[in-house]
Amino acid sequence: MRAPLLRLDGLTKAYPGVVANDDVSFEIGEGQMHALLGENGAGKSTLVKMIYGLVKPDKGRMHLHGKPFAPAKPSEARRNGVAMVFQHFSLFDALDVAENVALGMENPPPLRDLAQRIRDVSEEYGLPLDPARLVGELSAGERQRVEIVRCLLQDPKLLIMDEPTSVLTPQEVDILFLTLRKLSAEGTAILYISHKLEEIRALCDEATILRGGRKVATCDPREKSARELAELMVGQVLTPPERPAKPKGDVVLQVDNLSLASNNPFGTSLKNVSFTLRKGEVLGIAGVAGNGQDELLLMLSGELPAPSVRVQLKGKPVGHLGPNGRRLLGLVAAPEERLGHAAAPDMSLTANALLSASRRKGLAKHGFIDWRKTESFARDIIARFDVRTPGPHVLARALSGGNLQKFVIGREIELDPDVIIVNQPTWGVDAAAAATIRQALLDLAGKGAGVLVISQDLDELLEISDSFAALNEGRLTDTRPAKGLSVEDIGLMMGGAGDMHVAHEASA
Amino acid sequence: MIRLEKRKEPSKFWRIANPFLAVVLTMLAGAVMFAMLGKDPVVAIRLIFFDPIFSDTFGSYSRPQLLIKSAPLILIAVGLAVGFKANIWNIGAEGQYIMGALFGAGVALAFFPAPGWYIFPLMVLAGAFGGFLWAMIPAILKTRFNTNEILVSLLLVYVAEKILAAMALGVMRNPDIAGFPGSRDLRRYEAAHNAELFANTGIHWGVVAALIAVIFAYVMMTRHMLGFHVQLAGQAPRAARFAGVSPARLVVICLGISGALAGLAGMFEVSGPGGQVRIEFATGYGFTAIIVAFLGRLNPIGIVLAGLLLGLTYIGGELGQMILQLPGAAIQVFQGMLLFFLLALDFQTNYRLRLSKGVRT
Amino acid sequence: MILGSINPAVLVAALMVAATPILLAAIGELIVEKAGVLNLGVEGMMIIGAVTGFIIAVNSGSPLMGFIGAALGGMALSLLFALLTQALMTNQVASGLALTLFGLGLSALIGQKYVGITPPRTPKLDLGLLSDIPFLGRAVFSHDIVVYLTIALVGAVWWFLKYSRAGMILRAVGENHDAAHGLGYHVKRVRVLAIMFGGACAGLGGAYLSLIRVPQWTEGMTVGAGWIALALVVFASWRPWRAMAGAYLFGGVVVLQLNLQAAGVRIPVEYLSMSPYLITILVLVIISSGKARGSLNAPGSLNRPFHASS
Repeated sequence: MRAPLLRLDGLTKAYPGVVANDDVSFEIGEGQMHALLGENGAGKSTLVKMIYGLVKPDKGRMHLHGKPFAPAKPSEARRNGVAMVFQHFSLFDALDVAENVALGMENPPPLRDLAQRIRDVSEEYGLPLDPARLVGELSAGERQRVEIVRCLLQDPKLLIMDEPTSVLTPQEVDILFLTLRKLSAEGTAILYISHKLEEIRALCDEATILRGGRKVATCDPREKSARELAELMVGQVLTPPERPAKPKGDVVLQVDNLSLASNNPFGTSLKNVSFTLRKGEVLGIAGVAGNGQDELLLMLSGELPAPSVRVQLKGKPVGHLGPNGRRLLGLVAAPEERLGHAAAPDMSLTANALLSASRRKGLAKHGFIDWRKTESFARDIIARFDVRTPGPHVLARALSGGNLQKFVIGREIELDPDVIIVNQPTWGVDAAAAATIRQALLDLAGKGAGVLVISQDLDELLEISDSFAALNEGRLTDTRPAKGLSVEDIGLMMGGAGDMHVAHEASA
Repeated sequence: MIRLEKRKEPSKFWRIANPFLAVVLTMLAGAVMFAMLGKDPVVAIRLIFFDPIFSDTFGSYSRPQLLIKSAPLILIAVGLAVGFKANIWNIGAEGQYIMGALFGAGVALAFFPAPGWYIFPLMVLAGAFGGFLWAMIPAILKTRFNTNEILVSLLLVYVAEKILAAMALGVMRNPDIAGFPGSRDLRRYEAAHNAELFANTGIHWGVVAALIAVIFAYVMMTRHMLGFHVQLAGQAPRAARFAGVSPARLVVICLGISGALAGLAGMFEVSGPGGQVRIEFATGYGFTAIIVAFLGRLNPIGIVLAGLLLGLTYIGGELGQMILQLPGAAIQVFQGMLLFFLLALDFQTNYRLRLSKGVRT
Repeated sequence: MILGSINPAVLVAALMVAATPILLAAIGELIVEKAGVLNLGVEGMMIIGAVTGFIIAVNSGSPLMGFIGAALGGMALSLLFALLTQALMTNQVASGLALTLFGLGLSALIGQKYVGITPPRTPKLDLGLLSDIPFLGRAVFSHDIVVYLTIALVGAVWWFLKYSRAGMILRAVGENHDAAHGLGYHVKRVRVLAIMFGGACAGLGGAYLSLIRVPQWTEGMTVGAGWIALALVVFASWRPWRAMAGAYLFGGVVVLQLNLQAAGVRIPVEYLSMSPYLITILVLVIISSGKARGSLNAPGSLNRPFHASS
């Protein structure tokens, strides 16, 4: 056992109605790679926020280097050698890389000197960065490098990384791991938060597993199988979704050489995208965040109009149609962002049922809404998709992520579509709800609908897809059968490691 | 330590209670203000809020005034509220009100002195059209060029005021009376006169129009897809696009409705209580209606109550000026305070005050 | 030729004076918006500054005291806005409107006894030989000190935003308040300070109207200057020097139309006097329609409420 760096004793934090952390204790040794493993909502984020001084514990204490440690704010944590890379980056689009780095430092040197130090550190660790570039123009991987470099410039003793690989291709993940191993070898401890088991088994030498805010185990992840870890994490035995075998059907959706500018100044435009989707087929589209997934969904749902003939639904050109026109013809969609895009947070579930179903379900006549019929439709969704809620009068934002996602996907499936497009169907959703959603999509395909799933979760895509393509900077690869694809192959389809190989070879 | 905590669902109780509480607080703060001005606060508050209706001495004059002052406020506020719900901020209703009056009066003056039943309906159409047209400027600039509708609609108020002055001094000036600015008195032109429909009630066509507008807006906001889309666009613009709402169409509809209603208000005013196109014709109804809309919780029924209350402060303010020599601006301060208190109180609709315990280690 | 009767040096001199109040208000609002807050109460804060500055200057006999009082007056009103939007989480648009409506009423109330009085004169700054330079002396070097201090303020704000750490933090807060909070910056504290600075600047701008430009107190004397200042911030794409260019351009239009009125051009006065508003609208249209930078430069968190949930 190495010398302990950070010790947590009985940390407890409660919010109204939920205990986020309940009596959590464990130790991190110097230079150790310690995993913090748990499902969404298990309390990982709250725990690291307490270590980083963003949240004050209700109870319990921490010791750093054997001395009491109770940071009141992040700057205090940083002064004590604790640094953190956030899952949702704490970056500023309109500021340049050097300014972004300076904002995360206690006593930054003048910007000119800082720029040089950024270059030095990024070379040393194989993380190429140009200090003068605007952060808004960087890719997700590059943005993560900004965060990491920001931390490294402060010589941290403990580096907290919150789900760092969710924005990387498999090859980029390998390179990140090289960097982390190098840091660990130099004596920096790393607290690595994730729910991806294989990753943790490859990287970490100790893992603490949280479930429902409590610690369920601390173990060596290399000695456990992924399945054992998963069951510790979820607390139940998981069954993979079933899928009936089915013959290939007719083409239901065809996109032909479509290029489309993004509606967002920092977005990604689609370039020469072509694919076909057949009856009963599940087509999975992979890609690192920010490579055109949002634009692809908006283009297919009808929110971003396209040239008419480039998008064909059952042989009919529909590119010019808006969302309602396409719904009437049998194409429905479920965007990634549940609150604010797929559903209106401050409206009831009944009103949210009306949102996309008004035409196809005939919930309004001459524009006049039949509220009773709408409410019973909302009740149907709640019952069929096991949405846990007191009733359809509840506001959408009062539901948990998994329940709202079941409601949103359920609403679209209830429209009995010929084609459904979903983006990140199980993002931030607990395992049980995720399984329900995947099964529902497979059932829909089994009934003959074409299903297109855009996701950054490769395991999910490999589990449910018949065929597979990847988005890379707005370009879509050729579609390949999912059977027999390796993670390596997929990584290359997603764009490999970009410019990072070169940097690492140079520094090696 | 005290901190705010977001409620899971907005409190229905406070949503309804806050406007009443705001009125009470405004009265208290107003009493302090009057005391500082050297007036008896109790007498002043009574004079403003109770005497216009209940006093034997002034009641017979001021009771009908209540509907006369409230009708334009309600008419304008109902339209504004629809836009505010969609996060479309038309704050230039004053300008649309002026343009409605000018268009309506223009029709009347063009026909003068011909009789004809069709003249007044034509004026109504023209008034609504004038306000609509003026509101279409910010609407089209917003949809075509993405120009901020708040600034454009507001700046157009000043332009409308200049046009009003130019009309009162120029084209619309009464040719029969030399030397005085201002148009003919439409109250003396029977075919164009928006007269009282029932004696001593203050009810004129503008009151009827306000009532229709309230019912229309209520049905639209609660039962019609358009009202649903308006609310959706205001609360979650991306969800609205997902639901198939065209933001541009909504901007045109919301600004169009509020502009037309403000124009109607101006037309009913110029052909009735106001009487003529004068430089001082516009008295700030378009701005006070913003307060009415908020105080009425952007809800048509609430707007009726809020409109009556603010109409009352106008009459009470006039009484106060006559009897207590209260400064006219005091009423404006009053109305401003009312909005402040309401906004300030509204935090308890969405948040809950909590005493947080110190950290125990 | 009518335009021949207009002396260019006098025109430039007059436009600098006409631009100064709006520029003061705009540079204050620019900082407020850079911090991510939209305060539509500029008009209200300006007129409160105009009246408090006027009253204090008249009673103390000192324009300097007047300007200090105006800054404090504008700041006091802005604190009300800060309380509402930052502590009580109210809607910024509605609160700004309330501030304007309230400020207009309150100023009329407290200023009613001061209508028709002449305030103490603010002396012109003696720039010695510079004032004797032909043309430039008359046009540029013959003003009161506030004109020059305003230009210096623009420079200071530019430097602050571009080179100081505090300015960088302010931009960060305005760009992404959640990230700024995550890094441990005090979003609300930064915003309240920015709002107060904006209030003080608007107050100064108002006092410049009532003490120097007009100089008199009349009800509602700002006639939209605050709104034009708001438009100017958009026009400037949130850049200080461009705000100054915009203010001078606008000042030029105002002065030119006044000169045309005086020169007796055969266009009714009412139409000439609406030109500043129409030109402001026109400029807004041109700036917002440009696909290039323009509105892209808007601070990312502008007009979005911030509530720390953790």
